[in-house]
Amino acid sequence: MADNQSSLGGHLRENGMLLALVAIVALFSVLVAMQGKPMFLQAPNITNIFLQNGHVIILALGMLLIIVAGHIDLSVGSVAAFTGAVAAYLTVELKLPISIVIPLTLIVGGLIGAAQGYWVAYWRIPSFIVTLAGMLVFRGATLWLLGGQNIGPFPKAFQAMSSGFIPDLTGIGKPHGLTLIVTAIAIAVVIWIGMRARARDAEFGITPEPTGLFWGRTLIISAAMAFVGWQLASFRGLPNVLVVLAILIILYAFFTENTVQGRRIYAVGGNYKAAMLSGIRAERLVFFCFVNMGVLAALAGMMVTARLNSATPKAGTGFELDAIAAVFIGGAAMAGGSGKIIGVVIGALIMGVMNMGMSILGVGIDYQQMIKGLVLLAAVIFDVYNKNK
Amino acid sequence: MSTLLEMREITKVFPGVKALDRVSLTVEAGEIHAICGENGAGKSTLMKVLSGVYPHGTYDGDILYDGQPLANRSIRDSEHKGIIIIHQELALIPLLSIAENLFMGNEVATNGVISWPLAMQKTGELLRRVGLNEPPSAVVGKLGVGKQQLIEIAKALSKNVRLLILDEPTAALQEADADRLLDLMLELKAQGVTQIIISHKLNEIGRVADRITVIRDGTSVSTLNKSDISEDRIIRDMVGRDMAHRYPERTPNPGEMLFEVENWSCMHPEQAGRQMIKGVSLNVRKGEIVGIAGLMGTGRTELAMSIFGRSYGKGHAGTVKMHGKPVDVSTVTKAIQAGISYVTEDRKALGLILEEPILKNISLANLFGIAKNSVLDKRREAQVAEGYRNQLAIRTPGVHQKVMNLSGGNQQKVVLSKWLFTEPQLLILDEPTRGIDVGAKFEIYTIMKDLAEQGRGVLMISSEMPELLGMCDRIYVMNEGRIVGELTRDEASQEKIMALIVKDNGKTTGKVA
Repeated sequence: MADNQSSLGGHLRENGMLLALVAIVALFSVLVAMQGKPMFLQAPNITNIFLQNGHVIILALGMLLIIVAGHIDLSVGSVAAFTGAVAAYLTVELKLPISIVIPLTLIVGGLIGAAQGYWVAYWRIPSFIVTLAGMLVFRGATLWLLGGQNIGPFPKAFQAMSSGFIPDLTGIGKPHGLTLIVTAIAIAVVIWIGMRARARDAEFGITPEPTGLFWGRTLIISAAMAFVGWQLASFRGLPNVLVVLAILIILYAFFTENTVQGRRIYAVGGNYKAAMLSGIRAERLVFFCFVNMGVLAALAGMMVTARLNSATPKAGTGFELDAIAAVFIGGAAMAGGSGKIIGVVIGALIMGVMNMGMSILGVGIDYQQMIKGLVLLAAVIFDVYNKNK
Repeated sequence: MSTLLEMREITKVFPGVKALDRVSLTVEAGEIHAICGENGAGKSTLMKVLSGVYPHGTYDGDILYDGQPLANRSIRDSEHKGIIIIHQELALIPLLSIAENLFMGNEVATNGVISWPLAMQKTGELLRRVGLNEPPSAVVGKLGVGKQQLIEIAKALSKNVRLLILDEPTAALQEADADRLLDLMLELKAQGVTQIIISHKLNEIGRVADRITVIRDGTSVSTLNKSDISEDRIIRDMVGRDMAHRYPERTPNPGEMLFEVENWSCMHPEQAGRQMIKGVSLNVRKGEIVGIAGLMGTGRTELAMSIFGRSYGKGHAGTVKMHGKPVDVSTVTKAIQAGISYVTEDRKALGLILEEPILKNISLANLFGIAKNSVLDKRREAQVAEGYRNQLAIRTPGVHQKVMNLSGGNQQKVVLSKWLFTEPQLLILDEPTRGIDVGAKFEIYTIMKDLAEQGRGVLMISSEMPELLGMCDRIYVMNEGRIVGELTRDEASQEKIMALIVKDNGKTTGKVA
């Protein structure tokens, strides 16, 4: 009985998130249409949602691990700016090829993460303080490296990271054949995974969610994917960013839910002492989370730099807040120990869709910020309310 | 004498446990009334009902106070009526001064502005009343536990206390401090403050109490007058049932040597030069249940945790052997690999992840046991959890239930399952039945018996002597970080254990039962 409730509660959270995303998209579609502007969900807009928010999703993946482990990272915006500047410096000033620049920049990000994680994990210095210091240090380092100037533009190969599209190997061209094939495969995989999870729930004796709810949701997701796939295919195909994102999301979802080390991170955040007494090396895991965050911040930094086609001293401002907001909208707990990758992705998309929708509607930046703040608050209140009920 | 307080047929139910079952208690004005009972008998629950921690409506039964029905909605409510409880864990704020603590929530202020001179003056008066010679501006955290206890009492006096409830006030005190506190209780009695004291220490009760109510398994057994008070009578009332039926029948059958600790020592983790464990040697054979007796704070938990992957202390020295060969226990993982498990005394803080479901808690210490190439097999995880659920009779609607929703006994079974899944040869059980109701205790004992019959060794740390005497084949007695004696099942008795402790430190305060 109680088991039934807890399982429904879990489904309610994710379904609620998804529903909120659908509702927000629908709302903007109507509002945009009322203003007599072109359709909200047209191909360029859909492409742009991913191009303009890819970095938030990437940062949020790393931020989820950090928050699950019971910490916070305020430095990611500055680190992204600094690593973006490093990549620009290596590419433009030193004329290194991207096959060297990308791994080198990722290593720099990892080292920065290690430098911060060391104090947090092994010296038990509160992550809020360590990364607040990092936020200042790497913002300053960015200014220093760039000498207050912008560096750019970049060669085509570098820009392709953020603005390129996958080639159409099928040779159809319009619509983009490979995009359609990939979309079809993705839909099939989503349905298959859902059915498998359901079968497993039944086997374990967990009360499965109602059949109608499951198929209703799967239908909505599949239809949304088909629609997005078709729109993208009729435009320029799958953006490279989306491919990178999809791979990372699948990787991190698998890591957090299905691996020993992923599970252990949740244990460390859920009860640090109990985890230690269960033979888990909590320090090492916390350290790893920060290294991982550094690498992802470097990736996000390069993507943003490539998209803007220049490294600027002000890049990355406020990224940390977007990433943290996405994680909490996505249902993670401030105290650590809970939160899911899929929730975080939906959280980031909600923020992204709102950014784009409000910009198209011509809502001023002043109102945009207020509305985003209230949405964050509402999402967390919704969580707390559900928990207390 | 008139009756100040009458609690009639109080019943309080928690999910899965009936903590109080029609308990009645009558306290006369101006007396010191003692409440005795085993751990988990329901003493603290009864006091929480009285003081409004559990508000009116969450329990059944009536409370009459001063002849009027009492329906407290909160602690504040009961404090207004002069009922004040001082908990075992003191509720002072260590970084603030005595004066600030005394008037916390009750500030000496007009229109929200505190008058510090007046507060200081009042604090001075109150401190004189409780006999504490410290300036009102002293920082509380720098004072000893004994002095903090006095500050709590001063705080109660500042609120015009009429009924003062002290929950095991001397448990954490040195003997001299405890004496001073008992004297103060008698002084307050002379001033007309009615008091209830919860205590295990029969010598203290004999000294201050006018009457005693004994509580057992959530029911009130008897109320004795001072003239009727005898230790034997109290113990009989507290323990109640026949010993034989409280523990499962077992025939000890010790096998070959399993676990040996030789000359084990370790230092306090922070205080340099303070040795906590002083050259301890002990052993456990296969199929044997061995106990460690001793008072609170004698280093039993520290001993166990320092052996289990150096989870306590530093500067460890000594040898640990399994099956006659030295093993490396320098990390928790290595200790687990060596076949050792440690089931903590504090299952909520150190044993469980309360927000996670049963199955994730059970697999936590042996995730590789449900994984292939580091990838979790969730089907296997659920099967393992189901297996233990059946084997240990964990009462739950399903293994996906969060452990925070389980009763204490079932939580303890989850912790046990977690450690059984690491396939230990030796289980160190630290206070395995703390905070568990009597029925569940029997089940835990039965599990221990089964473990021994499977040829595993069990090392059990307990503050409840009857449980050690009822379960163990041998009992080591520990005091001040050393083993001061070893008794076989046949030799062991509460008196002998206490005698070993008393002889060792020449002091007489002791916990009974």
